[in-house]
Amino acid sequence: MNRMNIEEYKGVFIYAEQVDGVITNISFELLGKAKELASKLDTDVTAVLIGSEIEGLANSLAEYGADKVIVVDDKELKDYRTEPYAHALSSVINEFKPDIVLVGATAIGRDLGPRVSARVKTGLTADCTVLEIGDFPLVAIPNQEQKHNQLLMTRPAFGGNTIATIACPDNRPQMATVRPGVMQKIERIKDAKAEIISFNPGFTPDNKYTEILEIVKEVSNVADIQDADILVSCGRGVGSAENFKLLEDFANAIGGTVSCSRAVVDNGWKPKELQVGQTGKTVRPKVYFAIGISGAIQHTAGMEESDLIIAINKDETAPIFDVADYGIVGDLNKILPSLTAKVNEAKAK
Amino acid sequence: MNIVVCIKQVPDTKGGVKFKPDGTLDRGAMLTIMNPDDKAGLEAALRLKDEYGAKVTAITMGLPKAEEVLREAMAMGADEGILVTDRRLGGADTWATSSTIAAAIKNLEYDLIITGRQAIDGDTAQVGPQISEHLDIPVISYAQEIKIDGDYVIVNRQFEDRHHVLKAKMPALVTALSELNDPRYMTPGGIFDAYDSEITVWSRDDLKELDDANIGLAGSPTKIAKASDKVKKGAGEVVSFESGEEAAAFIADKLIEKHII
Repeated sequence: MNRMNIEEYKGVFIYAEQVDGVITNISFELLGKAKELASKLDTDVTAVLIGSEIEGLANSLAEYGADKVIVVDDKELKDYRTEPYAHALSSVINEFKPDIVLVGATAIGRDLGPRVSARVKTGLTADCTVLEIGDFPLVAIPNQEQKHNQLLMTRPAFGGNTIATIACPDNRPQMATVRPGVMQKIERIKDAKAEIISFNPGFTPDNKYTEILEIVKEVSNVADIQDADILVSCGRGVGSAENFKLLEDFANAIGGTVSCSRAVVDNGWKPKELQVGQTGKTVRPKVYFAIGISGAIQHTAGMEESDLIIAINKDETAPIFDVADYGIVGDLNKILPSLTAKVNEAKAK
Repeated sequence: MNIVVCIKQVPDTKGGVKFKPDGTLDRGAMLTIMNPDDKAGLEAALRLKDEYGAKVTAITMGLPKAEEVLREAMAMGADEGILVTDRRLGGADTWATSSTIAAAIKNLEYDLIITGRQAIDGDTAQVGPQISEHLDIPVISYAQEIKIDGDYVIVNRQFEDRHHVLKAKMPALVTALSELNDPRYMTPGGIFDAYDSEITVWSRDDLKELDDANIGLAGSPTKIAKASDKVKKGAGEVVSFESGEEAAAFIADKLIEKHII
């Protein structure tokens, strides 16, 4: 790799993802983490906002912790397309030289991040769940320089079976995509203001600019399972779409939201937005009910951080019992109606 | 039309994950498969071949053993298999991997490059978009449908709450989701033919447009500081009841105890 003058790179930047003029929740989560990292590095937090007619969104980024907001506003940026967005973000990086750049590991972020990291010639760690400032190597090794104030990026790999901590010691910026739902946003500071910097690198469409022929929004009334405090999650063991009635009754009684495993989505019983797991969403509610879910690692990777996990399964050898705080071996068809009644009873008191 | 499909041999997590006594992954004891998203990408290429006519080349980088996935690709219908293997390329992160594969692809004719969205071992989803950047061509990620219209590829791309229908000028790179299709099986005749045909093997020296600064462990900007097994949360209490009533009472008591109801 070409040596970079690392001293020139300063500040913690986040990519503030917006879709249809609405800032995505992950952007606020990134700001929360960025603020913590910046205070350890004695620097500030900058949000990079890219889109068309989006300047009005800068204030909310300030309210969640951005000291500065760099706005790239151009009509070419109306809807997300890889090339103009990659041009915008990499131009910001080349101009402002941040030490750290965090991007949400959303569909957009996981498309944009690698294209930008390849263009600015730096490392990118995917789908991180823990970010800290520390030394690399972690422990000093004779005859090798130990670098301080490095971004240590921890992420699950191998379907969640291994955890790796990764550093990017010789290239800048240190880039990471961050898994949604893991970092905490700060308490909103009402009317906080940030320094707004307009920056437009210019856009010249060429054959790398894709053309959007159609955008089909899958309109759904489905709740965002990442926001739920209580999730009542169902798996293949629920058996049929009809049995979901029992589950929904229970969810209604306890004030929970229904979610599901991949098998349920594959069977067409529930929409993909409700899927928890490696290829679905990561959740950490206060209570997670795993009902008729065997607990494959691809599923548990998305829910094992839940505060309390209660599993109901007929099969006493189901791996879900390895992560459950309370595992109940039994038939959900018999347990759920009775449980719903007891919850209603307790709530009526 | 020339289609290049990038495939990776990965351990099969479905067969269970095996650990060595020292707690590291026992890759040797695990079955290997063609990465599922890549297989969907290959199937998509073969369908384009069936419909429009195309030469499909499968390429992989890995240990000599990775030749197996190329044989499989050819038994499914790929026309050619290229194995990039060299100890100097080992230990690569996504930057070095994508630089190397892009250099290999520069030796080939290509209109369309298809990769999987992500490999199930690394889970990064970075190599496809990074190859497109090194080749300076458009990229469309998360394809759930791929069509050809003259010099253009038309892709239905999936996002969380919507999908976009996008049109890109070829040459272009598309990353495929495993939901894209159900890959075909190998045919017995195809298997025999695949084992009779030559696999092209390239070493570092065959990749002309590649800087030594961008390969292998040394050419990787990211470095592993630490890798370990995931610390499993201790198993909780597992109980079994005769009746649904008793089980429900147990759960309700716990919920009351924790102030949830």
